[in-house]
Amino acid sequence: MNPIIDELEKTYMEKELPDVNPGDTVKVFVRIIEGNKERTQAFEGTIIKKHGEGINKTITVRKVFQGVGVERVFLMHSPRIEKITLLRRGDVRRSKLYYLRERSGKATRIKEKIEKR
Amino acid sequence: MTLGVIGKKLGMTQIFDENGLAIPVTVIKVDDIVVTQVKTVETDGYNAIQVGTVSAKEKHLTKAQLGHFKKNNLENYRHLQEFRVDNPSDYKVGDKIELSVLDNVEKVDVTGKSIGKGFQGTVKRWNFGRGPMGHGSKNHREPGSIGAGTTPSRVIKGKRMAGNMGNERVTITKLKLVKVDAEKNLVLIKGSVPGCEGRLVTIVPTRTKWN
Repeated sequence: MNPIIDELEKTYMEKELPDVNPGDTVKVFVRIIEGNKERTQAFEGTIIKKHGEGINKTITVRKVFQGVGVERVFLMHSPRIEKITLLRRGDVRRSKLYYLRERSGKATRIKEKIEKR
Repeated sequence: MTLGVIGKKLGMTQIFDENGLAIPVTVIKVDDIVVTQVKTVETDGYNAIQVGTVSAKEKHLTKAQLGHFKKNNLENYRHLQEFRVDNPSDYKVGDKIELSVLDNVEKVDVTGKSIGKGFQGTVKRWNFGRGPMGHGSKNHREPGSIGAGTTPSRVIKGKRMAGNMGNERVTITKLKLVKVDAEKNLVLIKGSVPGCEGRLVTIVPTRTKWN
């Protein structure tokens, strides 16, 4: 990547990103503009994918809402994202959790990660 | 042709606008642009200025080119280009063309040399359909018939056939100018522009009248 473009991207990037990984359960607070009003909407689910680097870094969050699987892709550096809170760390053995799409109910549970002391 | 700037395409990235939406942009770095010759109706038959950009070493230029720069005590430039202007008397040899020519400009036309694709067949070059790949067919990516027989007993001019694709001058019109950074000499244009990274492109305020 060109160093000038790198520098340009840095001016648009968030200083600190939350340390989240696939398998984690997170709550993403997104700013939504409706007409003139602005409000915050939360989206809670499991991260099934991390993608990209730099300003193009995204996470895909999946949840099951009324029996329908919903996946949303969030640009981590977007000013539309107010904050991302970590609810639970998951212990998973792969980086892309696409297998969750074929499962439902109890089978979608993810073991909690216990930090080593 | 109106006056514009010449710059090097650095590559693409994305930035966020005031609404927080991600916009794909091409980053173009503009080097010093210096007027090297002023052409008028009296002397040359048309009004234009010749500008030079990208400084060059002496060994990369011919004696004729070196003489052209030496005559006016200018630096050596690798790239020379003309812009048609209405009043050539406004410009002097040695003047710099600033990025301010893009002030208050919303949309621009970008001209560059497209990426070369080499010798390509009709399917890629002209979007011809292809034949069946199986069922005994041997007509996979052939161009098909190129015209009638005895009458006119020749192939009409301009018939789309295989040949060299890309590496030609391309202009994309009405691209949105996202940002001009005069301090860092950067121009950000929404979307893609012709050519590969490192090639020079010309940016002028759009000449298209219709929307």
